[in-house]
Amino acid sequence: MSNAEDHEGTRRDFLYYAAAGAGVVTTGAAVWPLVNQMNPSADVRALSTIRVDVSGVSEGSQLTVKWLGKPVFIRRRLPAEIEDAQSVDVSALADPIARNANLDGAADATDANRSLDADGQWLVMMGVCTHLGCVPLGNAGDFTVEGVGGGWFCPCHGSHYDTAGRIRKGPAPENLPVPPAEFVDETTILLG
Amino acid sequence: MAGIPHDHYEPTTGAEKWLHKRLPIVGLLYDTIMIPTPKNLNWMWIWGIILTFCLALQIVTGIVLVMHYTPHVDLAFASVEHIMRNVNGGYMLRYLHANGASLFFIAVYAHIFRGLYYGSYKAPREITWIIGMLIFLAMMGTAFMGYVLPWGQMSFWGATVITGLFGAIPLIGEPIQTWLLGGPAVDNATLNRFFSLHYLLPFVIAALVAVHIWAFHTTGNNNPTGVEVRRTSKADAEKDTVPFWPYFVIKDLFALAVILAVFFAIVGFMPNYLGHPDNYIEANPLSTPAHIVPEWYFLPFYAILRAFTADVWAVQFASFITGGIVDAKFFGVLAMFGAIAVMALAPWLDTSTVRSGRYRPTFKWCFWVLVVDFFALMWLGAMPAEEPYASFSLIASAYWFAYFLVILPLLGVIEKPLPRPATIEEDFEAHYGKSSNTTPAE
Repeated sequence: MSNAEDHEGTRRDFLYYAAAGAGVVTTGAAVWPLVNQMNPSADVRALSTIRVDVSGVSEGSQLTVKWLGKPVFIRRRLPAEIEDAQSVDVSALADPIARNANLDGAADATDANRSLDADGQWLVMMGVCTHLGCVPLGNAGDFTVEGVGGGWFCPCHGSHYDTAGRIRKGPAPENLPVPPAEFVDETTILLG
Repeated sequence: MAGIPHDHYEPTTGAEKWLHKRLPIVGLLYDTIMIPTPKNLNWMWIWGIILTFCLALQIVTGIVLVMHYTPHVDLAFASVEHIMRNVNGGYMLRYLHANGASLFFIAVYAHIFRGLYYGSYKAPREITWIIGMLIFLAMMGTAFMGYVLPWGQMSFWGATVITGLFGAIPLIGEPIQTWLLGGPAVDNATLNRFFSLHYLLPFVIAALVAVHIWAFHTTGNNNPTGVEVRRTSKADAEKDTVPFWPYFVIKDLFALAVILAVFFAIVGFMPNYLGHPDNYIEANPLSTPAHIVPEWYFLPFYAILRAFTADVWAVQFASFITGGIVDAKFFGVLAMFGAIAVMALAPWLDTSTVRSGRYRPTFKWCFWVLVVDFFALMWLGAMPAEEPYASFSLIASAYWFAYFLVILPLLGVIEKPLPRPATIEEDFEAHYGKSSNTTPAE
């Protein structure tokens, strides 16, 4: 059919390739919107940053907010909890990395690298167990401070987190991650 | 069809001839329903009809349930309760649909293991087998998405865990997961698309079923001896077969009646036996149920998924040679899909020229161990992820892979099969005696 001896190519060959190429491009152009419609819609993307009013959070209490469909724990810690978290030897931790999105990836898991403010009073982190994604319970587990509180325990497979949300015992591989967060004024935290 | 000589449809009246010339649809239906079928088929050959019934049941009950269901995170759970309490006979329709999924999977597993034992996957029936595996995958996708729709706690957290598997794929995992969910977590966008696909996939399955039937009507049915129907003449073929209608239709309908008696007893008296109480609590993204378990029909594969933890040498080796790209979580995902992939490859992994397990003494043992292994995995999948279940899961998973990747290729070479009957007729007569109106063969 096409001329094997004619290496220059014929007008017909050109038309075949042009038609096939146009067909592929047209098919791709038609399919892409059908694929892309499944990506997050504008209203979902708009919720990727939220402002949280924390004026009502007193010392020793915790607020759970939903951000990106997942729970975020915002805890205002008592001095005893901070003290407890600071007294831990970082090199002995199961996960010695801070897992803080506001710091660089290699930062170690000191309490200062985990908390949001300079005093270390505010602890903001995802409430999603790093094992299989369950929501840990607050003021529970082996690393809660006796008579004070703090610490988290995941009921699904028994992971214990300390008063800085670091994994201390159980199957979870990593510390509870700290999301991008900052104080935009005295009583408002911006997430995302 | 079937390459088996038999009578074809002949239009007789004027109207039949008129239609046949324009659209030979009556001929197609006639040849399909009158297909010569090996007369020695046993009770394990009933599952095809049961499965066809299940597909019809699920489509019919599903379509009417959609008339009352609302796919929105705020309304889905309430609309299911509305079906249960207010819609006329709604509770029955929903229980039929929910338990119908279980019957569907019981039948498909029986059907698959039938094929594995009698070598139905072997040449020339590989295409039938592969189409069957595709149907099985589509069934799993449909069942998974259907379970999300009531928007209970198990719906939500099951969807979170399973879609999280895609997040385990290196590099592109997270964008794929976001694309599947339509957001950073399971939410309204996810519910809506699952509803759309849950409605679509059964019709894809129906089309695949048609191709599945077309394929085995081209090669002819397998049978318990694995010996082919004689195609030398119509008279010979008729000694090995009887037409599907009425003989096997009546037999299969009898089996269906017995199975439906049990099915309706379950639907009527214990409709929630196979479900989880947690799914009667509305989905709450801020609270996890204590123990997330998939439906029973996913448990064997769920056990394989969880079996490969970071301390298993195979996982460490895979992680080492890929430079850490394949971690424990991704390895588990690969193992789960691999468990189905090796099954799909059975036609090429099995080196034995003997089709039926009935004449393979060693194979028989290995096969029954595989059946026990399957139930063991099902039990392990429901157990918490701790010792001793973790080690048992690993052993059971290893056997699953060993059966397909080691035993099937090796046995064909080393095993000495038993003598097989020369014809289906011979096997039939050995079981049931010579029928009086058959002329004695030489």
